[in-house]
Amino acid sequence: MRHLLSTADLAKDEAIELLDTAAQMAATQSREIKKLPTLRGRTVVNLFFEDSTRTRISFETAAKRLSADVINFSAKGSSVSKGESLKDTALTLHAMGADAVVVRHWASGAPYQLAHAGWLDAAVLNAGDGTHMHPTQALLDAYTIRRHLGGRGGGLRRGGDDGVGADLAGLRVAIVGDVLHSRVARANVRLLRTLGAEVTLVAPPTLLPVGVESWPCRTSYDLDATLADWQPDAVMMLRVQRERMSGGAGAFFPSPLEYTRYFGLDARRLAVLPPHSIVMHPGPMNRGLEISAEAADSERAVIVEQVANGVAVRMAALYLLLSGTTEGTAL
Amino acid sequence: MAAGTGMPGTPDPHDVPEGTVVLGASDVARALTRIAHEIVERAKGAQDVVLLGIPTRGVTLAARLAQRLASIDPGFDPERDLGELDVTMYRDDLRRQPTRAVGVTRLPAAGIEGKTVVLVDDVLFSGRTIRAALDAIGDLGRPQAVRLACLVDRGHRELPIRPDFVGKNLPTAQTERVRVLLAEVDGTDAVVISGREPGAAAAAEEGAR
Repeated sequence: MRHLLSTADLAKDEAIELLDTAAQMAATQSREIKKLPTLRGRTVVNLFFEDSTRTRISFETAAKRLSADVINFSAKGSSVSKGESLKDTALTLHAMGADAVVVRHWASGAPYQLAHAGWLDAAVLNAGDGTHMHPTQALLDAYTIRRHLGGRGGGLRRGGDDGVGADLAGLRVAIVGDVLHSRVARANVRLLRTLGAEVTLVAPPTLLPVGVESWPCRTSYDLDATLADWQPDAVMMLRVQRERMSGGAGAFFPSPLEYTRYFGLDARRLAVLPPHSIVMHPGPMNRGLEISAEAADSERAVIVEQVANGVAVRMAALYLLLSGTTEGTAL
Repeated sequence: MAAGTGMPGTPDPHDVPEGTVVLGASDVARALTRIAHEIVERAKGAQDVVLLGIPTRGVTLAARLAQRLASIDPGFDPERDLGELDVTMYRDDLRRQPTRAVGVTRLPAAGIEGKTVVLVDDVLFSGRTIRAALDAIGDLGRPQAVRLACLVDRGHRELPIRPDFVGKNLPTAQTERVRVLLAEVDGTDAVVISGREPGAAAAAEEGAR
Protein backbone atom coordinates (compact mmCIF):
# COMPACT_ATOMS: atom_id res chain seq x y z
CA MET A 1 0.00 0.00 0.00
CA ARG A 2 1.49 3.35 -1.06
CA HIS A 3 -1.45 5.67 -0.47
CA LEU A 4 -4.84 5.42 1.17
CA LEU A 5 -7.13 7.21 -1.25
CA SER A 6 -10.29 5.18 -1.60
CA THR A 7 -11.85 2.15 0.05
CA ALA A 8 -12.63 0.86 -3.44
CA ASP A 9 -8.88 0.18 -3.90
CA LEU A 10 -8.63 -1.95 -0.75
CA ALA A 11 -8.57 -5.69 -1.18
CA LYS A 12 -10.21 -7.77 1.52
CA ASP A 13 -6.93 -9.01 3.00
CA GLU A 14 -5.51 -5.48 3.05
CA ALA A 15 -8.60 -4.19 4.82
CA ILE A 16 -8.46 -6.98 7.40
CA GLU A 17 -4.73 -6.39 7.93
CA LEU A 18 -5.46 -2.73 8.56
CA LEU A 19 -8.24 -3.54 11.04
CA ASP A 20 -6.04 -6.11 12.82
CA THR A 21 -3.20 -3.61 13.07
CA ALA A 22 -5.70 -1.10 14.44
CA ALA A 23 -6.67 -3.62 17.12
CA GLN A 24 -3.03 -3.86 18.23
CA MET A 25 -2.70 -0.08 18.15
CA ALA A 26 -5.85 0.22 20.26
CA ALA A 27 -4.33 -2.17 22.80
CA THR A 28 -1.34 0.15 23.22
CA GLN A 29 -3.65 3.08 23.93
CA SER A 30 -4.75 1.69 27.28
CA ARG A 31 -1.18 1.82 28.58
CA GLU A 32 0.20 4.42 30.89
CA ILE A 33 2.69 5.53 28.24
CA LYS A 34 0.70 5.72 25.03
CA LYS A 35 3.49 6.93 22.81
CA LEU A 36 5.34 4.50 20.56
CA PRO A 37 8.67 5.32 18.92
CA THR A 38 7.65 3.72 15.62
CA LEU A 39 7.62 6.74 13.29
CA ARG A 40 10.31 8.79 15.02
CA GLY A 41 11.84 11.29 12.62
CA ARG A 42 9.04 11.07 10.05
CA THR A 43 6.97 14.12 9.21
CA VAL A 44 3.22 14.02 8.73
CA VAL A 45 1.52 17.08 7.26
CA ASN A 46 -2.16 17.64 7.91
CA LEU A 47 -3.32 19.54 4.85
CA PHE A 48 -6.87 20.70 5.44
CA PHE A 49 -8.70 22.73 2.81
CA GLU A 50 -11.99 22.19 4.59
CA ASP A 51 -13.03 22.65 8.20
CA SER A 52 -12.70 19.63 10.41
CA THR A 53 -12.21 19.10 14.08
CA ARG A 54 -12.41 15.42 14.82
CA THR A 55 -10.65 14.08 11.74
CA ARG A 56 -7.76 16.53 12.05
CA ILE A 57 -7.36 16.03 15.78
CA SER A 58 -7.66 12.29 15.32
CA PHE A 59 -4.93 12.22 12.66
CA GLU A 60 -2.77 14.54 14.74
CA THR A 61 -3.19 12.36 17.82
CA ALA A 62 -2.46 9.22 15.83
CA ALA A 63 0.72 10.65 14.30
CA LYS A 64 1.93 11.96 17.65
CA ARG A 65 1.26 8.66 19.42
CA LEU A 66 3.60 7.11 16.86
CA SER A 67 6.22 9.83 17.53
CA ALA A 68 5.97 11.43 14.08
CA ASP A 69 6.33 15.18 13.76
CA VAL A 70 3.06 16.80 12.80
CA ILE A 71 2.64 19.98 10.82
CA ASN A 72 -0.87 21.37 10.62
CA PHE A 73 -1.81 23.34 7.59
CA SER A 74 -5.26 24.73 7.12
CA ALA A 75 -6.27 26.66 4.04
CA LYS A 76 -7.53 29.51 6.15
CA GLY A 77 -4.66 31.76 7.11
CA SER A 78 -2.28 30.21 4.56
CA SER A 79 -1.14 31.14 1.09
CA VAL A 80 -4.11 29.22 -0.29
CA SER A 81 -6.29 32.15 0.68
CA LYS A 82 -3.98 34.25 -1.48
CA GLY A 83 -4.75 32.01 -4.43
CA GLU A 84 -1.95 29.43 -4.30
CA SER A 85 -2.70 26.35 -6.36
CA LEU A 86 -2.76 22.79 -5.02
CA LYS A 87 0.33 22.07 -7.11
CA ASP A 88 2.37 24.87 -5.57
CA THR A 89 1.28 23.86 -2.09
CA ALA A 90 2.33 20.30 -2.87
CA LEU A 91 5.73 21.41 -4.17
CA THR A 92 6.25 23.39 -0.97
CA LEU A 93 5.46 20.32 1.12
CA HIS A 94 7.81 18.26 -1.02
CA ALA A 95 10.59 20.77 -0.47
CA MET A 96 10.02 20.51 3.27
CA GLY A 97 10.40 16.75 3.17
CA ALA A 98 6.97 15.54 4.22
CA ASP A 99 6.78 11.75 4.54
CA ALA A 100 3.00 11.61 4.61
CA VAL A 101 0.32 14.10 3.67
CA VAL A 102 -3.12 13.81 5.18
CA VAL A 103 -5.38 15.78 2.89
CA ARG A 104 -8.94 16.96 3.18
CA HIS A 105 -10.22 18.90 0.22
CA TRP A 106 -13.58 20.20 -0.96
CA ALA A 107 -12.89 18.87 -4.46
CA SER A 108 -13.51 15.18 -5.12
CA GLY A 109 -10.31 13.64 -6.45
CA ALA A 110 -7.87 16.18 -5.02
CA PRO A 111 -6.01 13.52 -2.96
CA TYR A 112 -5.73 11.33 -6.05
CA GLN A 113 -4.25 14.23 -7.98
CA LEU A 114 -1.82 14.92 -5.15
CA ALA A 115 -0.74 11.28 -5.03
CA HIS A 116 -0.36 10.68 -8.75
CA ALA A 117 0.66 14.00 -10.33
CA GLY A 118 4.31 13.54 -9.36
CA TRP A 119 4.43 16.73 -7.30
CA LEU A 120 5.39 14.92 -4.14
CA ASP A 121 6.83 11.59 -3.13
CA ALA A 122 5.01 11.33 0.18
CA ALA A 123 2.31 8.85 1.06
CA VAL A 124 -1.09 10.49 0.67
CA LEU A 125 -3.94 9.73 3.04
CA ASN A 126 -7.36 10.89 2.01
CA ALA A 127 -9.12 12.50 4.98
CA GLY A 128 -12.23 13.28 2.96
CA ASP A 129 -12.50 14.71 -0.53
CA GLY A 130 -15.68 16.48 -1.64
CA THR A 131 -18.49 13.97 -1.95
CA HIS A 132 -16.16 11.16 -2.99
CA MET A 133 -14.40 9.18 -0.24
CA HIS A 134 -13.41 9.22 3.41
CA PRO A 135 -11.54 5.94 3.81
CA THR A 136 -10.34 6.23 7.40
CA GLN A 137 -13.90 6.98 8.53
CA ALA A 138 -15.16 3.86 6.78
CA LEU A 139 -12.32 1.83 8.29
CA LEU A 140 -13.09 3.03 11.79
CA ASP A 141 -16.76 2.25 11.21
CA ALA A 142 -15.87 -1.25 10.04
CA TYR A 143 -13.54 -1.64 13.02
CA THR A 144 -16.30 -0.56 15.41
CA ILE A 145 -18.82 -2.91 13.78
CA ARG A 146 -16.35 -5.79 13.92
CA ARG A 147 -15.54 -5.18 17.58
CA HIS A 148 -19.20 -5.41 18.50
CA LEU A 149 -20.63 -7.82 15.99
CA GLY A 150 -17.74 -9.52 14.20
CA GLY A 151 -18.50 -13.13 13.40
CA ARG A 152 -22.18 -12.87 14.33
CA GLY A 153 -23.37 -13.36 10.78
CA GLY A 154 -21.67 -16.74 10.47
CA GLY A 155 -18.43 -15.18 9.24
CA LEU A 156 -15.21 -16.48 10.64
CA ARG A 157 -14.25 -15.20 14.07
CA ARG A 158 -10.89 -16.32 15.31
CA GLY A 159 -8.85 -14.65 17.99
CA GLY A 160 -10.02 -12.69 20.99
CA ASP A 161 -12.94 -10.50 21.91
CA ASP A 162 -12.24 -7.83 19.34
CA GLY A 163 -12.93 -10.05 16.37
CA VAL A 164 -9.31 -9.87 15.22
CA GLY A 165 -8.89 -11.63 11.90
CA ALA A 166 -12.62 -11.72 11.20
CA ASP A 167 -14.47 -10.13 8.31
CA LEU A 168 -18.04 -8.81 8.41
CA ALA A 169 -19.66 -11.59 6.38
CA GLY A 170 -23.41 -11.77 6.75
CA LEU A 171 -23.84 -8.60 8.76
CA ARG A 172 -26.51 -6.11 7.73
CA VAL A 173 -25.80 -2.42 7.85
CA ALA A 174 -28.35 0.30 7.12
CA ILE A 175 -26.92 3.67 6.15
CA VAL A 176 -29.58 6.32 6.61
CA GLY A 177 -29.84 9.93 5.54
CA ASP A 178 -28.03 12.34 3.27
CA VAL A 179 -26.31 9.82 1.00
CA LEU A 180 -26.10 12.33 -1.85
CA HIS A 181 -23.54 14.54 -0.13
CA SER A 182 -21.92 11.83 1.93
CA ARG A 183 -18.40 10.61 1.27
CA VAL A 184 -18.79 8.54 4.43
CA ALA A 185 -21.61 6.57 2.81
CA ARG A 186 -19.66 6.04 -0.41
CA ALA A 187 -16.55 4.88 1.45
CA ASN A 188 -18.60 2.60 3.69
CA VAL A 189 -20.59 0.96 0.90
CA ARG A 190 -17.38 -0.14 -0.81
CA LEU A 191 -15.52 -1.24 2.31
CA LEU A 192 -18.42 -3.05 3.98
CA ARG A 193 -19.13 -4.87 0.73
CA THR A 194 -15.46 -5.88 0.43
CA LEU A 195 -15.62 -7.23 3.99
CA GLY A 196 -18.73 -9.24 3.18
CA ALA A 197 -21.48 -7.18 4.84
CA GLU A 198 -24.77 -6.28 3.18
CA VAL A 199 -25.65 -2.62 2.97
CA THR A 200 -28.98 -0.85 2.48
CA LEU A 201 -29.05 2.87 1.88
CA VAL A 202 -32.16 4.58 3.21
CA ALA A 203 -32.90 8.11 2.11
CA PRO A 204 -35.51 10.29 0.48
CA PRO A 205 -35.25 10.05 -3.32
CA THR A 206 -33.84 13.57 -3.48
CA LEU A 207 -30.89 12.59 -1.30
CA LEU A 208 -29.87 9.49 -3.25
CA PRO A 209 -27.34 10.22 -5.99
CA VAL A 210 -27.93 9.49 -9.66
CA GLY A 211 -26.38 6.14 -10.53
CA VAL A 212 -26.83 4.63 -7.08
CA GLU A 213 -28.22 1.48 -8.80
CA SER A 214 -24.68 0.63 -9.84
CA TRP A 215 -23.39 0.61 -6.24
CA PRO A 216 -23.01 -2.76 -4.55
CA CYS A 217 -25.94 -2.20 -2.18
CA ARG A 218 -29.71 -1.94 -2.00
CA THR A 219 -31.69 1.23 -1.57
CA SER A 220 -34.92 2.06 0.17
CA TYR A 221 -37.06 5.15 0.70
CA ASP A 222 -38.74 3.73 3.79
CA LEU A 223 -36.83 3.68 7.07
CA ASP A 224 -39.57 2.02 9.13
CA ALA A 225 -39.95 -0.85 6.68
CA THR A 226 -36.18 -1.37 6.47
CA LEU A 227 -35.75 -1.46 10.24
CA ALA A 228 -38.73 -3.73 10.82
CA ASP A 229 -38.40 -6.15 7.90
CA TRP A 230 -34.66 -6.24 7.24
CA GLN A 231 -33.53 -6.11 10.90
CA PRO A 232 -30.11 -4.50 10.39
CA ASP A 233 -27.28 -5.32 12.82
CA ALA A 234 -25.93 -1.78 12.63
CA VAL A 235 -27.63 1.49 11.75
CA MET A 236 -25.43 4.31 10.58
CA MET A 237 -27.08 7.72 10.65
CA LEU A 238 -25.58 10.31 8.32
CA ARG A 239 -25.42 14.00 9.03
CA VAL A 240 -27.74 16.15 6.95
CA GLN A 241 -25.10 18.32 5.32
CA ARG A 242 -26.89 21.63 5.25
CA GLU A 243 -23.75 23.48 4.19
CA ARG A 244 -23.69 21.51 0.95
CA MET A 245 -27.36 22.09 0.21
CA SER A 246 -27.07 25.15 -1.95
CA GLY A 247 -30.71 26.12 -1.77
CA GLY A 248 -30.69 26.14 2.03
CA ALA A 249 -32.00 23.33 4.19
CA GLY A 250 -35.31 23.28 2.36
CA ALA A 251 -34.08 22.36 -1.10
CA PHE A 252 -33.97 18.57 -0.69
CA PHE A 253 -36.88 17.98 1.67
CA PRO A 254 -39.92 20.06 2.53
CA SER A 255 -39.01 20.75 6.15
CA PRO A 256 -36.61 19.54 8.84
CA LEU A 257 -39.57 18.30 10.85
CA GLU A 258 -40.80 16.15 7.99
CA TYR A 259 -37.29 14.77 7.49
CA THR A 260 -37.13 13.85 11.17
CA ARG A 261 -40.53 12.14 10.98
CA TYR A 262 -39.54 9.96 8.06
CA PHE A 263 -35.80 9.48 8.41
CA GLY A 264 -34.80 10.42 11.96
CA LEU A 265 -33.75 7.74 14.43
CA ASP A 266 -35.68 8.01 17.69
CA ALA A 267 -36.54 5.77 20.64
CA ARG A 268 -39.54 4.28 18.83
CA ARG A 269 -37.48 3.18 15.84
CA LEU A 270 -34.67 2.03 18.14
CA ALA A 271 -37.11 -0.36 19.82
CA VAL A 272 -37.80 -2.07 16.48
CA LEU A 273 -34.15 -3.04 16.02
CA PRO A 274 -32.76 -6.41 17.11
CA PRO A 275 -31.34 -6.27 20.66
CA HIS A 276 -27.69 -6.70 19.62
CA SER A 277 -27.79 -3.90 17.06
CA ILE A 278 -25.62 -0.81 17.33
CA VAL A 279 -26.25 2.82 16.38
CA MET A 280 -23.49 4.77 14.66
CA HIS A 281 -22.99 8.32 13.49
CA PRO A 282 -19.84 9.77 11.89
CA GLY A 283 -20.41 13.10 13.64
CA PRO A 284 -20.93 15.93 14.07
CA MET A 285 -24.55 15.12 14.94
CA ASN A 286 -27.55 17.32 14.31
CA ARG A 287 -29.44 16.24 17.42
CA GLY A 288 -33.15 16.45 16.80
CA LEU A 289 -32.77 16.27 13.04
CA GLU A 290 -31.37 12.90 11.88
CA ILE A 291 -30.99 11.44 15.36
CA SER A 292 -32.88 12.14 18.56
CA ALA A 293 -31.04 12.75 21.82
CA GLU A 294 -32.54 9.53 23.19
CA ALA A 295 -31.08 7.48 20.35
CA ALA A 296 -27.74 9.29 20.43
CA ASP A 297 -27.33 8.72 24.17
CA SER A 298 -28.76 5.21 24.30
CA GLU A 299 -26.69 2.22 25.34
CA ARG A 300 -26.73 0.96 21.78
CA ALA A 301 -25.01 4.09 20.50
CA VAL A 302 -21.30 3.59 19.88
CA ILE A 303 -20.75 7.12 18.62
CA VAL A 304 -18.16 8.13 21.21
CA GLU A 305 -16.34 4.82 20.77
CA GLN A 306 -16.15 5.51 17.03
CA VAL A 307 -14.07 8.59 17.80
CA ALA A 308 -11.69 6.62 20.03
CA ASN A 309 -11.38 3.88 17.42
CA GLY A 310 -10.56 6.55 14.85
CA VAL A 311 -7.21 7.19 16.52
CA ALA A 312 -6.30 3.48 16.46
CA VAL A 313 -7.35 3.08 12.82
CA ARG A 314 -5.38 6.15 11.75
CA MET A 315 -2.34 4.92 13.68
CA ALA A 316 -2.63 1.66 11.78
CA ALA A 317 -2.93 3.45 8.44
CA LEU A 318 0.08 5.66 9.16
CA TYR A 319 2.09 2.66 10.36
CA LEU A 320 1.30 0.56 7.31
CA LEU A 321 2.01 3.41 4.89
CA LEU A 322 5.14 4.78 6.52
CA SER A 323 7.01 1.77 7.84
CA GLY A 324 8.65 -0.70 5.53
CA THR A 325 11.15 -0.11 2.80
CA THR A 326 11.07 3.22 1.09
CA GLU A 327 11.78 1.81 -2.35
CA GLY A 328 9.50 3.57 -4.78
CA THR A 329 9.62 6.65 -2.59
CA ALA A 330 13.26 7.38 -3.22
CA LEU A 331 13.49 9.65 -6.21
CA MET B 1 8.18 -35.75 16.26
CA ALA B 2 10.26 -38.39 14.60
CA ALA B 3 13.32 -36.47 15.74
CA GLY B 4 12.03 -36.76 19.32
CA THR B 5 11.81 -40.53 19.19
CA GLY B 6 15.34 -40.89 17.84
CA MET B 7 18.38 -41.48 19.96
CA PRO B 8 18.93 -38.63 22.43
CA GLY B 9 21.09 -35.97 20.96
CA THR B 10 21.28 -37.61 17.58
CA PRO B 11 20.42 -35.11 14.88
CA ASP B 12 17.92 -36.53 12.46
CA PRO B 13 18.29 -34.79 9.11
CA HIS B 14 15.48 -36.73 7.43
CA ASP B 15 12.70 -34.78 9.10
CA VAL B 16 13.97 -31.40 8.12
CA PRO B 17 13.88 -30.13 4.55
CA GLU B 18 17.42 -28.77 4.41
CA GLY B 19 20.27 -27.77 6.63
CA THR B 20 22.09 -29.41 9.48
CA VAL B 21 20.35 -30.32 12.70
CA VAL B 22 22.48 -29.15 15.60
CA LEU B 23 20.05 -29.77 18.45
CA GLY B 24 17.49 -32.55 18.46
CA ALA B 25 14.23 -32.67 20.39
CA SER B 26 15.78 -34.14 23.53
CA ASP B 27 18.57 -31.53 23.45
CA VAL B 28 15.99 -28.76 23.26
CA ALA B 29 14.05 -30.29 26.16
CA ARG B 30 17.17 -30.63 28.31
CA ALA B 31 18.31 -27.10 27.54
CA LEU B 32 14.93 -25.69 28.55
CA THR B 33 14.89 -27.68 31.78
CA ARG B 34 18.37 -26.41 32.66
CA ILE B 35 17.40 -22.80 31.83
CA ALA B 36 14.32 -23.13 34.05
CA HIS B 37 16.48 -24.29 36.97
CA GLU B 38 18.93 -21.47 36.36
CA ILE B 39 16.13 -18.90 36.34
CA VAL B 40 14.83 -20.15 39.69
CA GLU B 41 18.32 -20.30 41.15
CA ARG B 42 19.21 -16.82 40.00
CA ALA B 43 15.93 -15.30 41.22
CA LYS B 44 16.04 -17.33 44.48
CA GLY B 45 12.61 -18.79 43.82
CA ALA B 46 10.09 -18.02 41.10
CA GLN B 47 7.50 -15.95 42.98
CA ASP B 48 8.37 -12.63 41.36
CA VAL B 49 9.40 -14.00 37.98
CA VAL B 50 7.46 -12.98 34.88
CA LEU B 51 8.21 -14.69 31.58
CA LEU B 52 7.74 -12.63 28.44
CA GLY B 53 8.07 -14.46 25.13
CA ILE B 54 9.05 -12.54 22.01
CA PRO B 55 6.96 -13.64 18.98
CA THR B 56 6.82 -15.98 17.39
CA ARG B 57 9.02 -18.85 18.62
CA GLY B 58 9.88 -17.05 21.86
CA VAL B 59 6.22 -17.20 22.90
CA THR B 60 6.17 -20.97 22.50
CA LEU B 61 9.48 -21.35 24.34
CA ALA B 62 8.22 -19.12 27.17
CA ALA B 63 5.12 -21.29 27.51
CA ARG B 64 7.30 -24.39 27.83
CA LEU B 65 9.60 -22.70 30.32
CA ALA B 66 6.53 -21.66 32.32
CA GLN B 67 5.46 -25.31 32.69
CA ARG B 68 8.93 -26.22 33.93
CA LEU B 69 9.11 -23.28 36.35
CA ALA B 70 5.74 -24.25 37.79
CA SER B 71 6.91 -27.81 38.41
CA ILE B 72 10.12 -26.56 40.07
CA ASP B 73 8.46 -23.87 42.18
CA PRO B 74 4.67 -23.93 42.82
CA GLY B 75 4.90 -20.18 43.49
CA PHE B 76 5.00 -19.67 39.73
CA ASP B 77 1.62 -19.75 38.00
CA PRO B 78 1.79 -20.11 34.20
CA GLU B 79 -1.66 -18.55 33.89
CA ARG B 80 -0.66 -15.51 35.88
CA ASP B 81 3.03 -14.93 35.20
CA LEU B 82 3.37 -15.61 31.49
CA GLY B 83 3.01 -13.02 28.75
CA GLU B 84 4.11 -12.12 25.28
CA LEU B 85 5.82 -8.98 24.11
CA ASP B 86 5.63 -7.81 20.51
CA VAL B 87 8.51 -5.50 19.70
CA THR B 88 7.64 -4.61 16.10
CA MET B 89 6.83 -1.00 16.84
CA TYR B 90 10.12 -0.54 18.67
CA ARG B 91 12.42 -1.95 15.99
CA ASP B 92 15.13 0.20 14.45
CA ASP B 93 14.98 -1.49 11.05
CA LEU B 94 11.35 -0.76 10.16
CA ARG B 95 12.40 1.31 7.17
CA ARG B 96 14.80 -1.33 5.84
CA GLN B 97 12.37 -4.23 5.79
CA PRO B 98 9.02 -4.77 4.11
CA THR B 99 6.17 -3.68 6.38
CA ARG B 100 5.87 -6.03 9.33
CA ALA B 101 2.56 -7.07 10.79
CA VAL B 102 2.14 -5.87 14.36
CA GLY B 103 1.78 -8.75 16.78
CA VAL B 104 -0.02 -9.19 20.07
CA THR B 105 1.35 -7.93 23.36
CA ARG B 106 -0.20 -9.63 26.36
CA LEU B 107 1.05 -8.81 29.82
CA PRO B 108 0.30 -10.53 33.11
CA ALA B 109 -2.69 -8.87 34.80
CA ALA B 110 -0.52 -7.72 37.68
CA GLY B 111 1.84 -5.98 35.28
CA ILE B 112 5.63 -6.09 35.41
CA GLU B 113 6.23 -3.41 38.04
CA GLY B 114 8.85 -4.62 40.53
CA LYS B 115 8.99 -8.12 39.00
CA THR B 116 11.95 -9.98 37.58
CA VAL B 117 11.17 -10.09 33.89
CA VAL B 118 12.79 -12.87 31.89
CA LEU B 119 12.66 -12.20 28.14
CA VAL B 120 12.54 -15.40 26.13
CA ASP B 121 13.65 -15.55 22.51
CA ASP B 122 14.69 -18.38 20.23
CA VAL B 123 17.89 -17.14 18.57
CA LEU B 124 20.09 -14.31 19.80
CA PHE B 125 21.87 -12.77 16.80
CA SER B 126 22.50 -9.02 16.43
CA GLY B 127 20.81 -8.17 19.73
CA ARG B 128 18.60 -5.59 18.06
CA THR B 129 15.36 -7.41 18.83
CA ILE B 130 16.33 -7.46 22.50
CA ARG B 131 17.16 -3.75 22.40
CA ALA B 132 13.66 -3.15 21.00
CA ALA B 133 12.23 -5.37 23.74
CA LEU B 134 14.06 -3.40 26.44
CA ASP B 135 12.58 -0.18 25.04
CA ALA B 136 9.12 -1.74 24.98
CA ILE B 137 9.50 -2.87 28.60
CA GLY B 138 10.56 0.65 29.54
CA ASP B 139 7.19 1.91 28.30
CA LEU B 140 5.25 -0.78 30.14
CA GLY B 141 6.59 -0.43 33.64
CA ARG B 142 9.70 -0.61 35.76
CA PRO B 143 10.67 -4.18 36.57
CA GLN B 144 13.06 -5.03 39.39
CA ALA B 145 15.35 -6.69 36.86
CA VAL B 146 15.25 -7.79 33.22
CA ARG B 147 17.03 -10.97 32.21
CA LEU B 148 17.38 -12.68 28.89
CA ALA B 149 16.95 -16.35 28.10
CA CYS B 150 17.52 -17.68 24.60
CA LEU B 151 17.72 -21.17 23.18
CA VAL B 152 20.59 -20.41 20.81
CA ASP B 153 23.26 -17.74 20.97
CA ARG B 154 24.75 -17.62 17.50
CA GLY B 155 27.14 -14.70 18.04
CA HIS B 156 27.61 -11.65 15.78
CA ARG B 157 26.32 -9.19 18.35
CA GLU B 158 25.93 -5.63 17.13
CA LEU B 159 24.97 -4.20 20.52
CA PRO B 160 26.30 -4.64 24.04
CA ILE B 161 23.68 -7.21 25.00
CA ARG B 162 24.44 -10.57 26.60
CA PRO B 163 22.09 -13.41 27.49
CA ASP B 164 21.77 -14.55 31.11
CA PHE B 165 20.54 -18.03 30.23
CA VAL B 166 21.60 -19.82 27.04
CA GLY B 167 20.51 -23.19 25.68
CA LYS B 168 23.49 -23.56 23.39
CA ASN B 169 26.28 -21.33 22.14
CA LEU B 170 26.52 -21.91 18.42
CA PRO B 171 29.40 -20.32 16.55
CA THR B 172 28.14 -19.47 13.07
CA ALA B 173 29.09 -17.51 9.99
CA GLN B 174 27.14 -14.32 9.19
CA THR B 175 25.71 -15.89 6.04
CA GLU B 176 24.31 -18.96 7.77
CA ARG B 177 20.73 -19.16 8.85
CA VAL B 178 19.77 -20.63 12.21
CA ARG B 179 16.20 -21.78 12.65
CA VAL B 180 14.52 -23.07 15.77
CA LEU B 181 11.73 -25.50 14.96
CA LEU B 182 9.17 -26.22 17.67
CA ALA B 183 6.56 -28.94 17.71
CA GLU B 184 3.69 -26.49 18.40
CA VAL B 185 4.46 -24.44 15.28
CA ASP B 186 6.59 -26.62 13.00
CA GLY B 187 5.60 -30.14 14.00
CA THR B 188 9.05 -31.05 15.29
CA ASP B 189 11.63 -29.84 17.80
CA ALA B 190 15.03 -29.03 16.36
CA VAL B 191 17.62 -26.34 15.80
CA VAL B 192 18.77 -26.26 12.17
CA ILE B 193 21.60 -24.42 10.45
CA SER B 194 21.27 -23.81 6.74
CA GLY B 195 23.12 -21.79 4.14
CA ARG B 196 26.57 -23.10 5.02
CA GLU B 197 29.46 -22.76 2.59
CA PRO B 198 29.30 -25.70 0.14
CA GLY B 199 32.37 -27.39 1.63
CA ALA B 200 31.24 -26.91 5.22
CA ALA B 201 27.71 -28.10 4.39
CA ALA B 202 28.99 -31.28 2.79
CA ALA B 203 31.27 -31.95 5.74
CA ALA B 204 28.41 -31.36 8.18
CA GLU B 205 26.11 -33.67 6.22
CA GLU B 206 28.80 -36.34 6.33
CA GLY B 207 29.16 -35.84 10.04
CA ALA B 208 25.42 -36.06 10.57
CA ARG B 209 25.16 -39.34 8.72
